[in-house]
Amino acid sequence: MSAIIKGATGDWEIVIGMEVHAQITANSKLFSGAATDFGSAPNSQVSLVDAAMPGMLPVLNEYCVEQAVRTGLGLNAQINLHSVFERKNYFYPDLPQGYQISQFLHPIVGKGVIEIDLPSGETKEIGITRLHLEQDAGKSIHDQHPTKSFVDLNRSGCALMEIVSEPDLRGPEEAAAYLTKLRMILRYLETCDGNLEEGSMRADVNVSVRKPGGELGTRCEIKNVNSIKAVQMAIEYESTRQVEVIENGGSIKQETRLWDPTKGETRSMRSKEEAHDYRYFPDPDLLPLVVEQSFVDQLKETLPELPDQKKHRFMQSYGLGAYDASVLIMERARANFYEEAAQGHDSKIVANWVINELLGALNKDGKTLEESQVTAKQLGALVGLISDQTISGKIAKDVFAEMMASGKDPAIIVEEKGLKQVTDTGAIEKIVDEVIAENPDNVAAYKGGKDKLFGFFVGQVMKKSQGKANPDMVNDLLKQKLS
Amino acid sequence: MSIDKSTVSKIANLARIKVTEEDLDYYAPQLQNILSWAEQLQEVDTTGVEPLANVSEITLSLRPDVVNDGNIQQDILANAPETVEGFFVVTKIVE
Repeated sequence: MSAIIKGATGDWEIVIGMEVHAQITANSKLFSGAATDFGSAPNSQVSLVDAAMPGMLPVLNEYCVEQAVRTGLGLNAQINLHSVFERKNYFYPDLPQGYQISQFLHPIVGKGVIEIDLPSGETKEIGITRLHLEQDAGKSIHDQHPTKSFVDLNRSGCALMEIVSEPDLRGPEEAAAYLTKLRMILRYLETCDGNLEEGSMRADVNVSVRKPGGELGTRCEIKNVNSIKAVQMAIEYESTRQVEVIENGGSIKQETRLWDPTKGETRSMRSKEEAHDYRYFPDPDLLPLVVEQSFVDQLKETLPELPDQKKHRFMQSYGLGAYDASVLIMERARANFYEEAAQGHDSKIVANWVINELLGALNKDGKTLEESQVTAKQLGALVGLISDQTISGKIAKDVFAEMMASGKDPAIIVEEKGLKQVTDTGAIEKIVDEVIAENPDNVAAYKGGKDKLFGFFVGQVMKKSQGKANPDMVNDLLKQKLS
Repeated sequence: MSIDKSTVSKIANLARIKVTEEDLDYYAPQLQNILSWAEQLQEVDTTGVEPLANVSEITLSLRPDVVNDGNIQQDILANAPETVEGFFVVTKIVE
């Protein structure tokens, strides 16, 4: 589905803005010293601060501030040296304080911009409205008992960054590209692990429709979309629903809707009218947060090379195409692997081997790059053996399979199995002569004009040499002898 | 802004405090008095004055990212009306 819906009354444009909650990678919580590990025993990672016991006071985690600033810099955004924590008041069983400490009027990060990569190969700039720090709530489990809900406060008080985009996204594909790029940036910065399944990255999607170029329509916020695929499906469903409502004479009510992945639909959460009266006010337990410009500058200097910079560098210094470069930079570890493998070898051939052979084989085995038997140096060495004609590209695939299985160096495998390419003219000539002698009928047919038989002779020679004959030399010799 | 009974009722509801009909009459003028006082303060011209969060020269104190708390499941659950295998148990909260 594109950014346009063809309705009965003409075209409708889908307009999307995103609010992404990213859990900050940190050892302890935003305002307490309790641990943040995922999957621990319920309520074991809760301090008296997180449980909101009377008299407990929040003390801000300095590393979380650093992570938020780093992320802001990675989003090319304005860093606000002065920001304020406020209380967002609402009641829910997994929110023991009765309010969430968040930032409202004065967030730590202001306007920024990121570039997304569209399937067409083009890029588009998407505005970032703001990024602010806030506490996460606990977790409620509703499916364990018919009339009760279970509450685990382990997540309560974990540090979140809420990253809000401008309504610059059009259609489900751009939304997916935005999430992909944002996750990549967070992972490069190591400020969030970007794990959608474990909920360390969650997206709320604001969807509206309008006549192309017209005034923005009323939006609905969709929650509970926890995969990139779900985001796309939810947008498709919701935008179609809105067009139908409007074209049937109705109007869109601004509301929060829940994505139901099993039914494949969004539905109204029927929340009470007053649920959104959050009565924000500055948290009297916390003074304004002031960071120094020198602190920001210092973090700027230690920022890693970001995905877009790396992509452009790969294209320029390794001569790669945009597609290959974007595949290689998808993860930092992958990019590092490639650079190590390409050291001293043909960078384009190495890229091919990493993308098509290594990633393909790992994917088939359900393994990650970190679990690869083959090291970057070994893959580079394999490409080296092809380049210096020690082995042919075809034999290299067999060597590679052996490397994946045993983790041995390619040179050792070639030696042990006697796979060295035959480049001795005399030896190849001998095999060529044998093949010609054994197939008089085909020789006659070939000479009679059946050019296609040339492939047959090449195949026979390669077979006799157990694949080790240098293919170029075989071609040359056969042409000579058959003419 | 004036505080009438329905406003008191709304505030009470947001704060999850049950207030009887008679008490609404009792609280309305009290809240109105507090608000009037704040409105009086707002008459002061503060153009060009930076908001002041604290009168003493202290700044927000920060802590290092170290795990030194938690692991007190028993204490956390001590006041819970009901627990199961380490979870708080509450009345079902989904619609």
